[in-house]
Amino acid sequence: MTRTIRIKKGADIRLKGRPSTQVEQASSAPLCAVQPPNYQGIVPKLEVKEGAAVKAGSTLFHSKEHPEVKFLSPVSGTVKQVVRGEKRRILAAVVEADGKNEQHAFASMDPAETDREALVAAVAERGFFAFIEQRPFATVANPTDVPRSVHVSGFDSAPLAADMEVALAGREAAFQTGIHALRVLAGGSNVQLGMKAGQTFFNAIEGVDTYTFEGPHPTGNAGVQIHHTRPINKGEVVWTMHAEDVANLGETLTSGTYCTTRVVAVAGSECDAPRHLQTTLGCAISTLVGTVNEEEVRIVSGNPLTGDRTANDGFLGGMHHQVCLLPEGNKPKFLLADGWLGLGFDKFSLSKSYPTWLMPKSKEFAMDTCNNGEERAFVVTGQYEPVFPFDIYPVQLLKSIIANDIDAMEKLGIYEVAPEDFALCEYACTSKIAVQSIVRNGLDMLKKELG
Amino acid sequence: MKALHNLLDSVRPHFEEGGKLSKFWVVYDSLETFAFTPGHATKNGVHIRDGVDLKRTMFMVIVALIPALLFGTWNQGHQYLLSIGEITPNDPLMTALWDKLFIGAVKVLPLVVVSYGVGLGIEFLFAGMRGHSINEGYLVSGMLIPLIMPVDCPLWMVALAVAFAVIIAKEVFGGTGMNILNVALTARAFLFFAYPKQLSGEIWIHNVKASADAGLLADGYTGATALGHLASTVGKGLDEPAVTSVMSMFGADGMFSLSNSFLGLIPGSIGETSALAILIGAALLIWMGIGSWKIMSSFLAGGLVMGFLFNLLGLNAYMTLPAIHQVVMGGFMFGMVFMATDPVSAAQTERGKWIYGFFGGFLSIMIRVFNPAYPEGVMMAILFMNVMAPLIDHYVIEANVGKREKRALAAQGATA
Repeated sequence: MTRTIRIKKGADIRLKGRPSTQVEQASSAPLCAVQPPNYQGIVPKLEVKEGAAVKAGSTLFHSKEHPEVKFLSPVSGTVKQVVRGEKRRILAAVVEADGKNEQHAFASMDPAETDREALVAAVAERGFFAFIEQRPFATVANPTDVPRSVHVSGFDSAPLAADMEVALAGREAAFQTGIHALRVLAGGSNVQLGMKAGQTFFNAIEGVDTYTFEGPHPTGNAGVQIHHTRPINKGEVVWTMHAEDVANLGETLTSGTYCTTRVVAVAGSECDAPRHLQTTLGCAISTLVGTVNEEEVRIVSGNPLTGDRTANDGFLGGMHHQVCLLPEGNKPKFLLADGWLGLGFDKFSLSKSYPTWLMPKSKEFAMDTCNNGEERAFVVTGQYEPVFPFDIYPVQLLKSIIANDIDAMEKLGIYEVAPEDFALCEYACTSKIAVQSIVRNGLDMLKKELG
Repeated sequence: MKALHNLLDSVRPHFEEGGKLSKFWVVYDSLETFAFTPGHATKNGVHIRDGVDLKRTMFMVIVALIPALLFGTWNQGHQYLLSIGEITPNDPLMTALWDKLFIGAVKVLPLVVVSYGVGLGIEFLFAGMRGHSINEGYLVSGMLIPLIMPVDCPLWMVALAVAFAVIIAKEVFGGTGMNILNVALTARAFLFFAYPKQLSGEIWIHNVKASADAGLLADGYTGATALGHLASTVGKGLDEPAVTSVMSMFGADGMFSLSNSFLGLIPGSIGETSALAILIGAALLIWMGIGSWKIMSSFLAGGLVMGFLFNLLGLNAYMTLPAIHQVVMGGFMFGMVFMATDPVSAAQTERGKWIYGFFGGFLSIMIRVFNPAYPEGVMMAILFMNVMAPLIDHYVIEANVGKREKRALAAQGATA
């Protein structure tokens, strides 16, 4: 019998273009990329040069701080390009697939029979630390830590998100192996799984503490689930992992070949056929959505609240399991028509000053990417709290970050949060404040300070 | 609307850096963003944003003020005609409707114009100096200020008060969102302390002094407000004739009866008299989630509690006035709905709002009765609570911090 936890705070943004439960195979990508900026807190050190031949599972780069944390090529082929940005920062290692699908052979192993030290080394070697996130700091996990617990969310509550049951269908054995591995990593037990009512995939999974969550987004965020089950205290480290990556880890350990399956929700109001597509990590975006007119349509890798803007020649982000096509909102809006004084029947708003509340719950909205206003100082109070299911004062925490007050940040609970937990606050903000980037800065500052 | 946008675009280069009118960029920018929500798309973070912005939020507050504004305009005409005996309290309220509205509008509109003109002028100046865009905060302050002014308040005094409030209460702190005190109440407090004689004089009913000099004044009309009358009873015995005659005005048939006070058919500042009109605005603000229902309800509770305590004590005539009558008089309702709820100067934590509101209401009635030199206790109480709000928030947040520390200690204990 699992415990059911009801969360009232939050909001489901009813966007048009939800993916159908149909899964199709995406065409195989001619190009794949592993993008270091997708992995928080990592300074990459390249192990290959442009033109080098790689197999699926060959190391492309590793973390400068922890060289054992490796980032592997999802396909076999040649390293076509190393994309660099300002100050020669590495933005992506692009691999041109040769279609031969040659695999780097790892030893096949049973995690339940492996001791922790050997398993940590094996997970790092197989490139899976990249997919383990830690709190505090919301960065790639540090392999030298022993986490208090590992948390896996069994569902994604974000708008237009992939249906985890659809994505994982048929992979029970791999997921179970992955859970066994996490148990060992967490020191023997202490793996928590958060699921929602009505899911059946996880019923037979053993070795986890299961909780059932009910409530609107961001209930599916691991951070929210941790807060409502075992909140993080100062000095504790917990790890989180996406359920699909847990299955990939399990499969990789068993088979000895690098498994990077991604069942991606391709969705949004500008998407002709919103559905799930099966592909691999880092695939070229064009194999998922074709080519769009970038003036009119924005391609978002990830969900509309936390994802990254990408382009026709972009790639699926390393931590992303969905791609959204949203109408670009770069045209001025006249005040009485669709501007700030308009009736706004076509706008989804959490504020009752728009008639969203009049609409049937089934109505879905095609929202564009317009800021819908200009940035202002904090004025309205009490608008973050209803969408922020933490016992934390969000505005005060943000202000302590803006003021660089490390001591206050710690006291106000910054250890428990990741930027994604603030995504709805940023969405709802009347003053259009860049809440998530403030939180990111705060976490980075804290990490630098505490080392 | 394409044409308007093209026009704006065509004059834009003049206002941009290097253009002839680049000093007036902020004027251009504010007009353009007023007419057209800019086509700024989201960059980092969320890709979609709620439709609501500060312009819309502030506009909704203005909408909520409309009932009080319209009623106030009508009432100023009504009070004037009553004072000169042109109509009697027994006439139907619709009598001479247009006359009343006209008289009221002639008095009220200039106040509104001066308030916006001076206030926005200063805002533009500061925004230009700082290279900011104009914030919407003054849209509401600019409407609140005329509504808490006496009808015959000289325009130069209003202008001075607005200038003082905008500069000292807001801009020196960094503009909208940074102020500690409520801007509109600061304007009123400035007048109250700088020109006490004028503000407590005969300016609450239009032209009342001239009418009196001409011998036109109807019986019972002195131009004083309800609070002014009540203040005159303090320090006198309960059954002195002067006291009983004042208290009879608050009886069922008196000029300041409970129903007259609730409906607002009494002299007073333009927007404050009608509890009914204010509560219509309050309902809108609460429904839209713009005004905090927590502050409003605890403010009301605080006022009623203090009123009841005074009723129990009953030491002077003022204290014997029923608590419910206390809260519908003077600026209590207006302060409760439109001033105490100002999100910037109020407590910002949800728990803090309860405390802040309660003491605001409690002190309003206390100051009113204890210190008749300050008949308008609401203004004092809210400004005082504005100053106290950060302290209240501090303790609310400390409690949350303490809870987290306790949890950490318990976790340490469990593993040790």
